[in-house]
Amino acid sequence: MLPLQEEPGLNPMNSNALAPAVGPDDEGALVGAAKAGDVSAFEALIARYERKIFRLAMNITQNREDAEDVMQEAFLKSYQHLGEFQGNSRFYTWLVRIAVNQALMKLRKRRPNQFSLDEAVETEEDVMPRELEDWGPSPEQRYAQTELQQILGQVIAELDPGFRVVFQLRDVDELSTEDTAEALGLSVPAVKSRLLRARLKLRQKLNRYFRREEPA
Amino acid sequence: MNCRNVVKELSNYLDEALDQTLKASIEQHLTNCEDCRLVVDTTRKTIQIYCNAEPLPLPEDTRIRLREALEKRLHRPRP
Repeated sequence: MLPLQEEPGLNPMNSNALAPAVGPDDEGALVGAAKAGDVSAFEALIARYERKIFRLAMNITQNREDAEDVMQEAFLKSYQHLGEFQGNSRFYTWLVRIAVNQALMKLRKRRPNQFSLDEAVETEEDVMPRELEDWGPSPEQRYAQTELQQILGQVIAELDPGFRVVFQLRDVDELSTEDTAEALGLSVPAVKSRLLRARLKLRQKLNRYFRREEPA
Repeated sequence: MNCRNVVKELSNYLDEALDQTLKASIEQHLTNCEDCRLVVDTTRKTIQIYCNAEPLPLPEDTRIRLREALEKRLHRPRP
């Protein structure tokens, strides 16, 4: 174990502590610097991804306290294991995998008899969409940003966790199908099947908010 | 191509992961089937709406607790 060199303190109130040591768009350089012991580079990575990781954790756990724990553990574990990161994928993808593992552990701990991602959530239910209504060109513009966020959060929370997490990783965090499968320990066909069902279920649930209003 | 097959291939179609023949076959069906057009359109919008939604700012107390936790742990030697 090698001690880190010159570790500047993290002041929770000091946003300057998060200033990136290298260019803002160069994730690889930040990771390289962090691996070499530059804590400020790691802080810049945290600043870049904390909102996304928190949203991911909230969407999976549906619990703010758990989501905070997940986010903290994900960043700490990624720091502790940074030396093992080979750079074969994006750092963010690697970080997401860590966060997903932490979040799933939380869920299983909280609901040991209710939650298992491995169990088939697939059913023979008919996936044929009903509620076929036009939403108009920009349905989301009907709502203020905060209200829209509430709707999206509420609707995704209604999904079964096994669908929610797949949708979150594939469509919100934009992981590939293969990376999603690896992160969740699922087969590629299982990810594809759940993604289709998740998309269709969300579409149906959003329909009640976004369908074009009938003219008076 | 029928409606059931369009739904079955919907994700692959939206992700542009279909071969040209199947894609053309779906698009041919879509020109004649308003129901499937609505499903494709509203499912695509569903993905876009979630994808475009900016994550909310981290609550300030959450950010402070994160910084405090990291402050404490980052000062330990990394394995």
